Amino acid sequence: MKIHVDEIKEQVRKGFLRINCRLGPDVEQALEKAQTTEVSPIGIGVMGDILENMKLAAGSQSPICQDTGMAVVFLRIGQDVRLTGGGLNEAIHQGVREAYQEGYFRNSIVEDPLRRKNTGDNTPAVIHTELTEGNDVEMILTAKGFGSENMSGLRMLKPSAGRQGVIDFVVDVVRQAGPNACPPFFVGVGIGGTMEMSAILAKKALVRNAGEPNADPYYHQMEEELLERLNGLGIGPMGLGGANTVLSVQVETYPTHIAGLPVAVNMCCHVNRHEKIVIKGEEDRG
Amino acid sequence: MDKVITLPLDENTVDALKAGDRVRLSGVIYTARDAAHQRMLEELEEGKELPIPIKGATIYYAGPCPAKPGEVIGSVGPTTSGRMDAYAPTLMDLGLTAMIGKGDRSGEVTAAMIRNKAVYFGAVGGAGVLLKKAVIASEVVAYPDLGAEAIRKLVVEDFPAIVVIDATGNNLYETEVKKYEKSLEDGQWE
Repeated sequence: MKIHVDEIKEQVRKGFLRINCRLGPDVEQALEKAQTTEVSPIGIGVMGDILENMKLAAGSQSPICQDTGMAVVFLRIGQDVRLTGGGLNEAIHQGVREAYQEGYFRNSIVEDPLRRKNTGDNTPAVIHTELTEGNDVEMILTAKGFGSENMSGLRMLKPSAGRQGVIDFVVDVVRQAGPNACPPFFVGVGIGGTMEMSAILAKKALVRNAGEPNADPYYHQMEEELLERLNGLGIGPMGLGGANTVLSVQVETYPTHIAGLPVAVNMCCHVNRHEKIVIKGEEDRG
Repeated sequence: MDKVITLPLDENTVDALKAGDRVRLSGVIYTARDAAHQRMLEELEEGKELPIPIKGATIYYAGPCPAKPGEVIGSVGPTTSGRMDAYAPTLMDLGLTAMIGKGDRSGEVTAAMIRNKAVYFGAVGGAGVLLKKAVIASEVVAYPDLGAEAIRKLVVEDFPAIVVIDATGNNLYETEVKKYEKSLEDGQWE
């Protein structure tokens, strides 16, 4: 099976044009529900503004938020696929470049983290590539804003800290994020693996559909408990107090080492932009 | 009921603004974020003049998207104010009267607000399109090389915001959150 990289570029371009202007139904529903459950008068007003903004953005093909994010792409490439027509990573960068120019999105990427010169086209993207079985290429795109990214955290806990230690750390990170990271939040939690893997798991948790539970009942129960604890913080919409601090908590896990318990918390504001795209391979006669 | 406010702010208006007030701002505001603040403070140290008239000014912590053809400006929501905390007291001592952003401020910023009778407005983070609608004119007035981070002079009409910290130091982030905090023991709204 083969896939031409131009097809990947094109899907990346269209995908980023879409997600920056229109939230997915999962996120929209979570926001609408929050407005009906909010108890703070200021919070109800803020939720009204958020929902109105979301509709205005979709209606005018304008970016929901001026921070159109750093482009992150999770790739799963079927091992039976042959990619043709050029470099895969460059195709993705090109798709991002075209989308950000065509959409009049803000270019927020600097070419060096300390010398900080803007690259002018929002590239490079952050690309995570995984090989899997099959004939398809699956991509999950997310445009990650940094108001919330900046408030994320990672800690290497001792195994003895256990479930409660993980919960306490997540609560601590969200409390610290407070009003800075544009609540109500989506909270991605990665537990296990190695240091870097826990961080990637946390971001993968964020790009799962909002409210889609962890398949393991043990972790789903933990998601529910975290949601209740976090909403009890009272931070509320925009940190101005209320019942909706967090819209969804999503946990992803991986086996880890006997000596460790890595935990990462990836914060996301209410503008949680993500989309999954599957490209089917074509029969390869070459 | 929203309070309708004309910028620049005078002392009586600042005195009358209280944490929790919803306001609609009309007049001139200047956008500036991290890189512009850093450069303004460096230039002050070199003995240069600030590129904007700072007395009575309102600074909006924002870096907009580019304007589409026919538009005044692109989406323009607030950025996290805390990153400007290191610079804000100096600017307030020189006359800056109002700031618009999102997120909490440091004790030094609040002290400078009380000392200089300044006010901090919160705008809804992420609501870039809603806020764009309130901008009727935009021009880059300094540091064009900074792109989205350049200083822009915006003329706004009915720009929606909330007084988050007033000139006496009342802070909504401190007072409001406590009202909705649930204690672990009783599981009740406090």
